[in-house]
Amino acid sequence: MTTLKINGVEHELDIDARTSLLDACRDHLALTGSKKGCDHGQCGACTMLVNGRRINSCLTLAIMHEGDEITTVEGLGDPDNLHPMQAAFLEHDGFQCGYCTPGQIVSAVGMLGEVADGWPSHASADLENGATLSGDEIRERMSGNLCRCSAYPNIVDAIETASTKLKENA
Amino acid sequence: MNKHVMNEAIGETRLDRGTQGVIGKGVDRYEGKLKVSGLAPYAYEHLAGEDVAYGFVVPGAIGRGAIKSVDASKAEALPGVLAVISGDKITRASSQPMAPAAQTIDGEVFHYNQPVALVIADSFETARHASHLVKVEYEAKKGRYDITARETVREPDPMPMEPVNERGDFEKAFAAAEVQFDETYTTPSYHAAAMEPHASVAKFDGDTLTVWTSCQLLESGVGQIAAGAGIDQEKVRVHSPYIGGGFGSKLGTSPDAVLSALGAMTVGKPVKIALTRQNVFQATSRRGETIQRIRIGATRDGKIACFAHECDTTNSPGNGFFEPSGISSVFLYAGKDRRIAHNLVETDCLMTSAVRAPGEATGMLATEGALDELADRLGIDPIEFREMNEPEVNPQDDTPFSSRKLIECMDEGAKRFGWDKRPATPASRREGEWLIGYGMASASRANSLMQSSAEIEMSPDGRATVRTAMTDIGTGTYTILQQIAAEMLGLPLDQVDVELGDTALPPSSGSGGSWGANSAGSSVYVAAEAVIAQFAKRLDVEADTLTLKDGHAIAGNRQIPFSEILNGESLSVTGTIEPGDTSESTHQASYGAHFCEVAVNAVTGETRIRRLLTVGAAGRILNLKTATSQCYGGQIWGIGYALEEELVIDTRNGLLVNHDLAEYHVPVHADVPKLDVVLLEERDRYASPLAGKGIGELAIAGVGAAINNAIYNATGVRVRDYPITMDKLLAGLPDDIDAAA
Repeated sequence: MTTLKINGVEHELDIDARTSLLDACRDHLALTGSKKGCDHGQCGACTMLVNGRRINSCLTLAIMHEGDEITTVEGLGDPDNLHPMQAAFLEHDGFQCGYCTPGQIVSAVGMLGEVADGWPSHASADLENGATLSGDEIRERMSGNLCRCSAYPNIVDAIETASTKLKENA
Repeated sequence: MNKHVMNEAIGETRLDRGTQGVIGKGVDRYEGKLKVSGLAPYAYEHLAGEDVAYGFVVPGAIGRGAIKSVDASKAEALPGVLAVISGDKITRASSQPMAPAAQTIDGEVFHYNQPVALVIADSFETARHASHLVKVEYEAKKGRYDITARETVREPDPMPMEPVNERGDFEKAFAAAEVQFDETYTTPSYHAAAMEPHASVAKFDGDTLTVWTSCQLLESGVGQIAAGAGIDQEKVRVHSPYIGGGFGSKLGTSPDAVLSALGAMTVGKPVKIALTRQNVFQATSRRGETIQRIRIGATRDGKIACFAHECDTTNSPGNGFFEPSGISSVFLYAGKDRRIAHNLVETDCLMTSAVRAPGEATGMLATEGALDELADRLGIDPIEFREMNEPEVNPQDDTPFSSRKLIECMDEGAKRFGWDKRPATPASRREGEWLIGYGMASASRANSLMQSSAEIEMSPDGRATVRTAMTDIGTGTYTILQQIAAEMLGLPLDQVDVELGDTALPPSSGSGGSWGANSAGSSVYVAAEAVIAQFAKRLDVEADTLTLKDGHAIAGNRQIPFSEILNGESLSVTGTIEPGDTSESTHQASYGAHFCEVAVNAVTGETRIRRLLTVGAAGRILNLKTATSQCYGGQIWGIGYALEEELVIDTRNGLLVNHDLAEYHVPVHADVPKLDVVLLEERDRYASPLAGKGIGELAIAGVGAAINNAIYNATGVRVRDYPITMDKLLAGLPDDIDAAA
């Protein structure tokens, strides 16, 4: 048996060693918010936070995550109580079909944490002293999350709005 | 039967009066909260937590040939495997849009990685593993994979346009023209690459079949599934409430739909199949590669005398669909003598079908480049050149345009963009190692209206529910139907619910060809008019004299809540829209203009989009926010088509080489700057009762050419073979860049 702690809830699972963390959620726990777009880590639709860090959940096996704190889009907020990032995506129309959206939202939350921790990116002018959030920083850091409807301009606006809101709340 | 046939222009409607004030507003998406919290269920996610089986497709391993044998014994011996299905019923690829059925394999391999069998097991992991244990023996045949070889050339079906449109004598007029332009452009094959892989869940109770699938057109989809599963269509119900992008690739049902049904009927429990991303690329459908020759005869002062657009594209045996690249060339520019013609080169690759804006998306990459090139040769500004050749009526058959704001789009765009600051000569503006250029192009997208029906049910408390088998592929259908019903009936938005994507609901146009909003939306308009007529009758007044607002009917000095009119009962009506004479008596299309500024790196040849503005006119805009998002989507697809996307065909064996999202490059965040979209006020009263036209595909039309034209303006290098990758620019870039930097 494997115990997975997802969105603060512990689940005991008798699970195939080959089952990805993504499929464990989608096929075994009825947590279908995280999406499978490629199963190869190419699209970002499956992005989850593991111990606060964003990962492609299709590229990791469920049994490797006993003891980890796993967060999926369902753990951020629900329709009656949206997370500021979810609310900003709604307000700015940061999605169309909605399939990449949970991954974009979870990735954006993880990304803001990376910026706050001072991680530089390819778009950062200064690799030593952290980065300031800007349109170019967001576009660079979010490029692992594909959106074929191409809501990119609205996603960037949503992340900027959510970032401001989250800072106010902090 | 409440039916409106579009036989004449629509007069003033409640949508024009806007009493409730919700139509056109950029309100949030109806289903948005579900989508951002991960609770909107897509096809594969139905029956979550229930006892289901999982299917995995076995792909063929040759390009063309016969299947000699399928040995499933090792797979079947694996614990957990429930069945291996092979044989003639397996589908080759997706069904063509609106076709009666998908093509079956009939013992052969028609294209590389075509499905040849299906493994069903009690877990996804077991099914996937067992798929590798199925041993298939083939007898390979020689295949045809190269469009340029033209081994088999045939006339395509007359769908979605007549393949040949001629007027006058083009050859004679061209020979006599003062200026002769003759260039050939090529576009590669493309893939829709929607983010949700095609997926289905099928449940069979011994009599009826229920399928949750990702399908844009449910009315034809249900028949395709029934035909593939060998079951009476009356016994099949299809659900598709949320679709993770379609872009044409889900117009016809995909192999998973029929295969999950066959699986469920075989193993006696529900079967789930999500195609792998590799299956999606190789076993659904793709856009055909094209070779387009454009010839334009003109006077020296810039009047187009004759216009020819001749295209080769491909499809597989038994498929008559063609990429109609010349679709806008028929009507976009003047010229007395004309020839727009298409040939189909038959190849043994995955079938080609509709992808976002079939025709315009590839054709305008060519024509809008050609217009720019010819304007340059004539020494005329490209906007002025287009305006000089603006036709007063459809130049093919003299029908009047229902509405056409192409010139207004160009003029408004030029003003907003600062077109007057365009570098006068190519390769003349530099910023360090970057070459800067401006380019523009026209956009047009043919408009169509389809038959569609919707029910409105008024509940006793005065709330409305809209029900139709229409789909929302991310276009905003839920939201605009809610807005139309709310505006027509005079209800606040939160008093209107919308149910879609179920073949038990009134039949609808489905989503495709940018017709969805106008067709399904008009059916809601017709149903609402019928509700209002009932209200008027009950109040004993003329319907026209009723004002409806905030759930109240206002007649004379009376103000009556809907709940009072309904008197404790619900009221249900169904409305139907049908296309009529205006489709023939007028020529209908949406128009636009794109403006782009690029920076091309003179050292590496890398192109960066700096600014991109699209000005569009598509009749009434139903929701400014979702319409703008649609246009962003078109612009960004244009960036992909101009710079990145190319589905590479191995001409030795037909393999679609780059069959995943790592190798088939769609634009990512970092490729896309802040974009600008402006939609002009327009009402097209011949197009639909909503006075709107299609917008979902307008913005992709021509945008890649605007980027190409900007690259030429920046570098002086003209590329006619899309995409414009660095290798195609490098040789022509200035070699004194180090000194300039």
